[in-house]
Amino acid sequence: MTEMQKLYLLVPLAPLFGAIVAGLFGKVVGRAGAHSVTILGVAVSFLASIVIFQDVQAGNVFNGTLYTWATSGSLTLEVGFLIDSLTVMMMLVVTFVSLMVHIYTIGYMSEDPGYQRFFSYISLFTFSMLMLVMSNNFLQLFFGWEAVGLVSYLLIGFWYTRPTAIFANMKAFLVNRVGDFGFLLGIGLVAAFAGTLNYAEVFAKAGELAGMTVPATGWPLITAICIGLFIGAMGKSAQVPLHVWLPDSMEGPTPISALIHAATMVTAGIFMVARMSPLFELSEAALSFVLVIGATTALFMGFLGIVQNDIKRVVAYSTLSQLGYMTVALGVSAYSAAVFHLMTHAFFKALLFLGAGSVIIGMHHDQDMRNMGGLWKYMPITWLTSLLGSLALIGFPFLSGFYSKDMIIEAVKLSHIPGAGYAYFCVIVGVFVTAFYSFRMYFLVFHGEERFGKEVEHHGHEHAHGDHADDHHGDDHDDHAHHGLAPGQKPHESPWVVTLPLVLLAIPSVIVGFFTIEPMLFGGFFDKVIHIGENHGVLKELAEEFHGAYGMAIHGLMTLPFALAMSGVALAWFFYMVAPSIPAAIMRTFKPIHTLLENKYYFDRFNEIVFAGGARLLGRGLWKIGDQAVIDGMVVNGSAKFVGLIAQLSRLFQSGHIYQYAFSMIFGVVILLTFWFNRG
Amino acid sequence: MTGIPFLSLAIWVPIVGGLLALATGSDRNASVARFVALFFALAGLAVSIPLYTGFDVSTSAMQFVETYSWIPRFNINYVLGVDGISVLFVLLNSFITVIVVLAGWEVIQEKVAQYMAGFLIMSGLINGIFSALDGVLFYVFFEASLIPLFIIIGVWGGPNRVYAAIKFFLYTLAGSLLMLVALLYLFMESGGSFSILDWHQLKLGMDAQTLLFWAFLASFAVKIPMFPVHTWLPDAHVEAPTGGSIVLAAIGLKLGAYGFLRFSLPIAPDASQAFAPMIITLSLIAVIYIGFVALVQTDMKKLVAYSSISHMGFVTLGFFIFNPLGIEGALVQMISHGFVSGAMFACIGVLYDRMHSRQIADYGGVVNVMPKFAALFMLFSMANSGLPATSGFVGEFMVALGAVQYNFWVGFAAATTLIVGAAYTLWMYKRVVFGAITNHHVSELTDLNNREFVFLAILAVCVLAMGIYPYPVTEVMHASVNDLLKHVSASKL
Repeated sequence: MTEMQKLYLLVPLAPLFGAIVAGLFGKVVGRAGAHSVTILGVAVSFLASIVIFQDVQAGNVFNGTLYTWATSGSLTLEVGFLIDSLTVMMMLVVTFVSLMVHIYTIGYMSEDPGYQRFFSYISLFTFSMLMLVMSNNFLQLFFGWEAVGLVSYLLIGFWYTRPTAIFANMKAFLVNRVGDFGFLLGIGLVAAFAGTLNYAEVFAKAGELAGMTVPATGWPLITAICIGLFIGAMGKSAQVPLHVWLPDSMEGPTPISALIHAATMVTAGIFMVARMSPLFELSEAALSFVLVIGATTALFMGFLGIVQNDIKRVVAYSTLSQLGYMTVALGVSAYSAAVFHLMTHAFFKALLFLGAGSVIIGMHHDQDMRNMGGLWKYMPITWLTSLLGSLALIGFPFLSGFYSKDMIIEAVKLSHIPGAGYAYFCVIVGVFVTAFYSFRMYFLVFHGEERFGKEVEHHGHEHAHGDHADDHHGDDHDDHAHHGLAPGQKPHESPWVVTLPLVLLAIPSVIVGFFTIEPMLFGGFFDKVIHIGENHGVLKELAEEFHGAYGMAIHGLMTLPFALAMSGVALAWFFYMVAPSIPAAIMRTFKPIHTLLENKYYFDRFNEIVFAGGARLLGRGLWKIGDQAVIDGMVVNGSAKFVGLIAQLSRLFQSGHIYQYAFSMIFGVVILLTFWFNRG
Repeated sequence: MTGIPFLSLAIWVPIVGGLLALATGSDRNASVARFVALFFALAGLAVSIPLYTGFDVSTSAMQFVETYSWIPRFNINYVLGVDGISVLFVLLNSFITVIVVLAGWEVIQEKVAQYMAGFLIMSGLINGIFSALDGVLFYVFFEASLIPLFIIIGVWGGPNRVYAAIKFFLYTLAGSLLMLVALLYLFMESGGSFSILDWHQLKLGMDAQTLLFWAFLASFAVKIPMFPVHTWLPDAHVEAPTGGSIVLAAIGLKLGAYGFLRFSLPIAPDASQAFAPMIITLSLIAVIYIGFVALVQTDMKKLVAYSSISHMGFVTLGFFIFNPLGIEGALVQMISHGFVSGAMFACIGVLYDRMHSRQIADYGGVVNVMPKFAALFMLFSMANSGLPATSGFVGEFMVALGAVQYNFWVGFAAATTLIVGAAYTLWMYKRVVFGAITNHHVSELTDLNNREFVFLAILAVCVLAMGIYPYPVTEVMHASVNDLLKHVSASKL
């Protein structure tokens, strides 16, 4: 094993080591021990990723097997690494955001009794996510895929005494499993027809696969594979209609909302499709499917962000919408634009979530924006960094989000695949919607009237208590009293362990786009990794128009998306700063629409009644009718009863009375004789 | 290879140990009986290990063969031997015996010697089933192993134990009798041989193969159990003591599946091919139908029992799609299911010992008072839902891939277990473990003691090790499975 290969191995193993120490020996190492060892693990991982990045920049790509997991027939299942530009970019994003979140957690979870457990989980997550992105085959991809799902499940239900949390985590797991169902079938088709699960070998056979059809269905094989895999991505990256778990995942502590449910895990689907570009490029139908799903998510989830009052839920819907943008980029074959947006989004969305978390700390675990207002005075660092994050999110020129989002919009505009028109409409309207809900949140939280410290009825809350033996039943209900600011109390800025990550994330949120757009999109950084078909060269066309990051930003000031974003901000300002009576009036006038949005288009209701209720009804029916009535009732106990009946009857003949036996014999003889004589 | 008869040792060491435990007599010597049982269970495991370490993976031939004449007049011999299919089950069985002895350690307070003896004797007999190469010897072990389990359920079981024990006994015996007829028929046809390996080579017509296939099916389908002859299993589990459930799930269900590979497929390959669509259909019904039934169970043991049936559906599915991924995946699934279902029943036993209830509704918030238990139970629940890095994933994944290869829609139906399996397991876990403490019984629970922690931790290590690195398990099977597949594809007509 070369030095470099040892370094590859170190990247996932360092966080795993931290997770094991903090998880199994949490009591021994104590709180400081747990956070030190996990932070050290992730820091090592981050530094190693930087070294590997430089190595990859120097042109070294690695694709090799770590160990053979199992073999069967001609199929070899392995665990191994593929280290190329796409991998290393993901490694940097994952380890950097994870490191920030680890540090932030020291402050955020400081009062939580599950402190060590939390650090163990987030380190375990980092390990799983790294295994996912570093994989060189579908098996390990699926491995990491499900492992991040598991940790997400554990973290959403971190406060396991709360009914909403343990409902949300089960929902997240099961909805993801629906996606994994498609994913597994996709992998199964790859294994069956390519005879291998190694990426490079599969891609080498892609052309061959493109000519085949799936027996028993008649579907084009490549389309079936891609749609199967994409269904997996729909679960993990929360695309309509498998998006329903993500808003509920906000039941988890805020640091993981930033790490898992914004920056990294939810982008695994985007990463995966980008990785599979040699396959997706061969199926126009799959790309169209991807495009339409993404566009729908981008726009319609954005609308939901407008009506939320819980600060975390606004950011959650914004994440859904941004994931939709990335998916749209995949659909128009602008894979590198998708990955570019994935990266910038990881920074500014982690920033926004951590900023929201800081606000929540300042508000004493009150999450309802209606109780906030004017916080800029009290929390200057949180305020400024959140403002920068919001500006990046809405695509303000020069900020990172501008470059990535504008590229997606331009790419959709140039695309000709079916659905591109609809997608363009969605992403362009989405710009306005994003700006509106983002600045609605910004104004409600940081400006205007100070609404905190009053007696109010509504409490969105996230409490950091929960899991002890002495937390007896019943207590949970009156916990509310502890949350939110008491009358007269003022919010306060969070400690440095919280604000430092905000600042460190704000820096890339502002500058990373400016510096990386040229190398990542037009400088051939992904050339050998991402494959783009002949007719799908939208990025090539864009490259011809591109004249540097500065010129693009200046030009951006005169484009339609900028105008839309600014009008979104202006409208938010007008509605929530100048004339707060207007939104209320609109809400009354368009009651049905508001109800529809408030109920999230009734997806949850539908799933609960049709799928959850239907499954229970079906199960009960099969059990009561199939197992109990038919099989046991009629067949098993029926045959027992039949045997019993025969026995009852034959017992009548064994009376023990000689005369009865004698009579039976004579009777029998008579009958036999009758037959004898009549036998004809 | 040394001349030590490891297979005979694996059979007779536990049986002798069982008889010795029995000899300790009344409950005054209970602790002696326990230690005797543990010693011989460990000894049984120790003599099984050389079977793996000394196993030659390059050949499909029987290994560790021992031949002695038994009843020369009918050409009945005491012939033992293992191949890549059976050797793992001898190991699994010897291992599970240790777990069962530990699981019943202080839980069983009455008739301790008899209880321990029952399990040890059963362990020896089951090793006999997996290593017998003579039809009569197989049949004797097969039937004799019923008796200890029947007694264990009938004596140490729950309130409705007699109904369950008799249902279990009659169900399985009814099937076995048809198998006996089949064995006698094969004896006649082969010109007076009871050698199972001879039977594999025997040319048979389609009619004969069909009848044999059905006779074996009657016996094995009940044992597995396959839909629709599965209803004895939930009843048996509910009434059985924890140890009985562990053995039944971990080993008992494997006997029928093993029978398919040792008898049905190689002896009646053409009939197996012809009836494969039927078996596949029944398997998929088991996976889906039983999955939904498991979802609505209110009794934890019943839920896990139904989940076992569903998982065994994957096994029969894997066998009858006739590709290496399917059969090897099914074998891996059988081993994994031994660990996982054993562990699930052990976990339920841990709760039952404290609360004397198996009703999900009586629990809630267990994690607050039993964090160690909750962590291990989480691992086993995840393994039961087939999460990667646990053993539960390996077999399901391989069979699912094999099924897609066989026919897309079969794979499609099988893959639904990903959703349904997770739903019933996690929903149970949520209601039992998560949440606030629901009642004062739960608040008085104590966490795992050292004994419980040890045997659950051992199982946890097995589950993880096999999930992370299944290669040592799959490696052993290749030669035998490939040989079997060659056998199945070559017509005997």
